[in-house]
Amino acid sequence: MKKVLILYGHPRNDRSEMNLPMSAIARSLDGVTLVDLYAEYPTFDISVEKEQQRLLDHDIVAFQHPLYWYSVPALLKEWQDLVLEHGFAYGSHGTALAGKLFFNAVTCGASRSAYRHDGAYRRELRDLLAPFEETARLCKMRFLPPFEIYASGHAREDGRLEKHLADYHRLLVALVNDRVDLERAERGNSLAEDLDNILLPDDSEAAS
Amino acid sequence: MSLLQDAFVYLVAAVIAVPIAKRLGLGSVLGYLIAGIVIGPLLGVVGSETEKVKHFAEFGVVMMLFLVGLELQPAMLWKMRAKLLGLGGLQVLLSTALIGGLGVAFSLPWQTALAIGMTLALSSTAIVLQTLNEKGQMKTVGGQSSFSVLLFQDIAVIPMLAILPLLAVSHALGGDGSHTAQTGHNVLSALPGWLQALVILVVIAAIIGTGRYLIRPVFRFIAEAKLREIFTAAALLLVIGIALLMEAVGLSPALGTFLAGVVLSDSEYRHELESDIDPFKGLLLGLFFISVGAGVDFELLFGAPGTIFGLAFGILSLKFIVLYILAVGFRLPTADRWLFSLGLAQAGEFAFVLFGFALSAGAIPPDLAKMLTLVVAITMLITPALFILHDRVIAPRLVEKNERKADIIDETGPVVVAGVGRYGQVVARLLMSSGYKVIVLDHDPQEIEALGRVGIKTFYGDASRPDLLHAAGLEEAKLFVAAIDNRDQQTLMVEHVAKTYPHLKIVARAFDRHHVYELEIAGAHVAERELFESSITMGRKALVLLGLHPFLAERKSRAFRSHDLETLDQLRDRWITEGVDQHYLDTIKSRGEQLLDVMKLDNNEVARQADDGWLPPPKGDANS
Repeated sequence: MKKVLILYGHPRNDRSEMNLPMSAIARSLDGVTLVDLYAEYPTFDISVEKEQQRLLDHDIVAFQHPLYWYSVPALLKEWQDLVLEHGFAYGSHGTALAGKLFFNAVTCGASRSAYRHDGAYRRELRDLLAPFEETARLCKMRFLPPFEIYASGHAREDGRLEKHLADYHRLLVALVNDRVDLERAERGNSLAEDLDNILLPDDSEAAS
Repeated sequence: MSLLQDAFVYLVAAVIAVPIAKRLGLGSVLGYLIAGIVIGPLLGVVGSETEKVKHFAEFGVVMMLFLVGLELQPAMLWKMRAKLLGLGGLQVLLSTALIGGLGVAFSLPWQTALAIGMTLALSSTAIVLQTLNEKGQMKTVGGQSSFSVLLFQDIAVIPMLAILPLLAVSHALGGDGSHTAQTGHNVLSALPGWLQALVILVVIAAIIGTGRYLIRPVFRFIAEAKLREIFTAAALLLVIGIALLMEAVGLSPALGTFLAGVVLSDSEYRHELESDIDPFKGLLLGLFFISVGAGVDFELLFGAPGTIFGLAFGILSLKFIVLYILAVGFRLPTADRWLFSLGLAQAGEFAFVLFGFALSAGAIPPDLAKMLTLVVAITMLITPALFILHDRVIAPRLVEKNERKADIIDETGPVVVAGVGRYGQVVARLLMSSGYKVIVLDHDPQEIEALGRVGIKTFYGDASRPDLLHAAGLEEAKLFVAAIDNRDQQTLMVEHVAKTYPHLKIVARAFDRHHVYELEIAGAHVAERELFESSITMGRKALVLLGLHPFLAERKSRAFRSHDLETLDQLRDRWITEGVDQHYLDTIKSRGEQLLDVMKLDNNEVARQADDGWLPPPKGDANS
């Protein structure tokens, strides 16, 4: 049984259609801890000690957030800048995070087609998230491709909402129970798109 | 003449002469001396009572040493010990030997010569310290060295008083001796030597013990009565009481009060004592200088001008040479050598006492004593001129050589915080923990004790009083925090500080919006409403408890804050020119209505447009 820490960053919780129900699912699962960073640090005074302890207490770390300018909302960046200290997360003595898993659970406004080499944003989402991949690598963590939801602002209107939430649920449960084929997942571009292929069999817990 | 008439004459002379002398750059001491000469020997409006006045006014020296002590922490005094003993001791020994030796060469009996040598070796604490303080040269190397020598001389008076009776060459005259010496000998002289010493030690220990442990609770008790004049009375009582005690055991009263000053220099009442005693000291010293001027015997002077001035300049030169050699020996900086040597070259007010005592002891003949007393007065009269010579002629030539040094002295000035109740306390603690030197003033003894217990140095006093603010060192301060809890006093204080110390940055605690304007007009650089930020914090926490997401509550309080600060800005000019008129009230009303919209944030369409931060583009325009 693995412990999953989801660091949730969304400055407009009040207007969220996708992230809010995603957080609710994460909160409801055993083995998953969801931290609403904007609720915990509304004035940005992050407690480094507390956050580092949280990292130590979990095996898998995820940033759950909307994609803002190909990156995270400001507080999640602030969290990286303060919590991932030299000597803790990186450097010759910084081995606290070694071997842990990291991934982004990210909602995007634009549709899938925008994130292609010939699309509006000219890169795959996974490539745009390179700073997170390199951050994870420097912290000796294992980086997984993102669990992403495209055109999330239209998910409800398009009737995709339930499916996305069910996938998120399946992924988290599989991570907790250590039934994700990590080698295979690493080779892909997306946890969401590859979900059926990377979840190992003997999945007694059917997705809701 | 009646007492009032006397007082009138002295005051008129001082009020006219001193400001003129200061305006001409001569310093207040010379002003007082000239005033004395005018009303004494020149106009003859005062006469024989000047001697009595002089004795009385010598108490100004006692008060001055108390104040000097207050400025001097025990640790600093300990640091000075080498200078005190070395510089001071050698100065007294060498000057005594040289002047005494000359006396013997002029065929005086050795006893008389020794008595004269000792007496003239002493310098004038009153003139030198007053002048150095006035020019702000007390803290220079020259100033500190001068002070060391003067302090040693004050101590040296005690053995001198003991030796003088042994130097009798004729029958003792009795009678017209110094009251200082006489009283002392009346009380203790019956006791054997070891017992005298023991009594003296006990008295000194008593002063230190009382100062350390007894005075503070007593002052605290008095301060709680919140009657200013009683505190002043207590301060005077302390100084006079110690002076009497010291006289009773035959010690110098000045030395005793100096000691008491040093003991109290660590206490929270230091600045209050300073500003209470200071005016008395100033007036008494002024009176003393006037009486020196008034006592100049022109008949004697014009009878033998050559001899008198010759002796005066001889003494000045001899002492100057001794001092300059010592200054070189003790490696004083070049510029400070001159200040030190010229400043201390005169004979001092103790000479009046000692000559009187030597006369009554029969160590010196009356004619000689009279003449030498005049010579002493002349050297004192010349001293301000020597200081002017130093400042105008010598110092400017030495400045270039010392330029590099001056750069290093520039230290960060302290922050003065007036009022350390619940509000000022937080400000003071924040500044102190950030490494700034903070001087704190408050008039609540309980607050002071409480702060003292957590290690914050606080001084007692009504912070709105100009003299206390001055004593606290606003002259050198960088920043002033006005945080007292009386609205009108706060404004007046800020106005006074802004006018008197234009270099100071001022931050002020305001009670409400109008008070912000008042304080800004008074000269505050920053005026902050005392409860504004904490009320907003409280409101934000209330919103969270009501179920709002903490970051939404934070955004609402930010919106509220900036809207309110905007209102503050918009109403400022109106309030300043028109006060609270209809337009002002209308503005407040419309701002209030606007606030409702601003605060709705995402509750309706209007606000949504005003607050679309962090939101994706409108739904119809996705993918763009």
